[in-house]
Amino acid sequence: MKRDVVVTGIGAVTPLGVGARTLYERWRAGASGIENGIGACTEFDPTEHLSVKEARRADRFTQFAMVASDEALREAGWADELPYETGRIGCIIGTGIGGIGTLEASKEALIAKGPKAVSPLAVPLMMGNAGAAGVAMRHGLRGHSYSILSACAAGAHSIGAAVRMIQTGDADAVVAGGSEAALTPLATAAFAALDALSDTGISRPFDAQRDGFVMGEGAGVLVLEDAERAKERGATILGRIAGYGASSDAYHLTAPEKDGGGAIEAMKQALADAGYGPQDVVYVNAHGTSTPLNDRAETIAIKKVLGDGVPVSSLKSSIGHLLGAAGAVEAVATILALRDRVAPPTINYEQPDEGLDLDYVPNEARALDVNGAPAVALSNAFGFGGHNAVLCLEAP
Amino acid sequence: MATAISPEAVEKTVYDALPQFGVEESDITRDATFEDLDVDSLDLAELSQIIEDEYGVQLKGDDVGKIKTVGDAIDLVVNRAG
Repeated sequence: MKRDVVVTGIGAVTPLGVGARTLYERWRAGASGIENGIGACTEFDPTEHLSVKEARRADRFTQFAMVASDEALREAGWADELPYETGRIGCIIGTGIGGIGTLEASKEALIAKGPKAVSPLAVPLMMGNAGAAGVAMRHGLRGHSYSILSACAAGAHSIGAAVRMIQTGDADAVVAGGSEAALTPLATAAFAALDALSDTGISRPFDAQRDGFVMGEGAGVLVLEDAERAKERGATILGRIAGYGASSDAYHLTAPEKDGGGAIEAMKQALADAGYGPQDVVYVNAHGTSTPLNDRAETIAIKKVLGDGVPVSSLKSSIGHLLGAAGAVEAVATILALRDRVAPPTINYEQPDEGLDLDYVPNEARALDVNGAPAVALSNAFGFGGHNAVLCLEAP
Repeated sequence: MATAISPEAVEKTVYDALPQFGVEESDITRDATFEDLDVDSLDLAELSQIIEDEYGVQLKGDDVGKIKTVGDAIDLVVNRAG
């Protein structure tokens, strides 16, 4: 019998503010965290949460992860004491790029003043596993710990890998999520060079006028526990990671398969892993990037797996694309939406596009009718490189 | 150009650097140990970089292992320059 994995704590730092509930409630209300074409965490002030030493020892992406993890562990009731042997608690924090702000500043110092001006902190801050290291050290988590780098699927892959870690018995609990802070000159220019970014600065997934994604930053972190152990200790169960699926397009570095092939496979796997059928899914939290290619291929994939009746919305309409954090932040928001029995909206939706004819929950949140059953959703994450990760989430 | 070395100048450099690492200014004395100030190997690597930049004096791994207090660090730099 497979171990059941439950969510007992959630945390988020996003362009909509600091806190998981802040994220969800503002999204549900149709608020936007995007200003001047970027989704920056303008309400995040590291000095409110971290000491001078902690803050300077962490790139912004690690700061986000640490602050989101504090919130998640508080909610799980772990703040004063860890409930399990520390070697039985894992930590996986994914990222798309890692500490690119540190990398860029270090390169500037190198060019301006030479090699001796490069800080000894450059490597420990820029390394892609710094988020996992920072969270593990902050909370004394001594089990399996690492980062997953799978571009915009990293947050979802991290949660999926955490589920497997618990199911194989390698851990009783895992602190898992994703983090990204890439609103830097180089990263922005590089995505722009790919023609991936929106020229209008408007994130409008599935709309005919969509013209690329809007970059965002932030982190989402979840406390995941073996359900039996969580119940034994009397934890409040926020939801379940009922299933996980992953696949690779093995097709193109940046473009999704036009027929949604890899995405379909990952969605089917997540459903099968959960033991659910298409009829059980009441909501899809789409990857919904607002790029012409993704939203078309994802629509095809959703139709193929679930038909055309299920409500589908994209958090990216409200906060932009958080890259390696996206899958984790979206899982956090989806758990809250399912608990609330609400499909939050795809904002900025104005013009239907030909062939993109699903129910995208345009502009206003809508109640979900689950007839007294647990609420079940799929949350999609697809990354450059053709990496696909899909979570089947459930709330009691 | 490296700054001329005097015990006072080096002390000022060290005292100015430590708060950047998160050390409380009021805790800094010549007798304070780096351990007590929560100054670890990464901080000392940064401090070494600041000192080398300012005075042209290199502190390497072995040196850093020997110094326990703020005063040790100041004396080592001054002696090394001498």
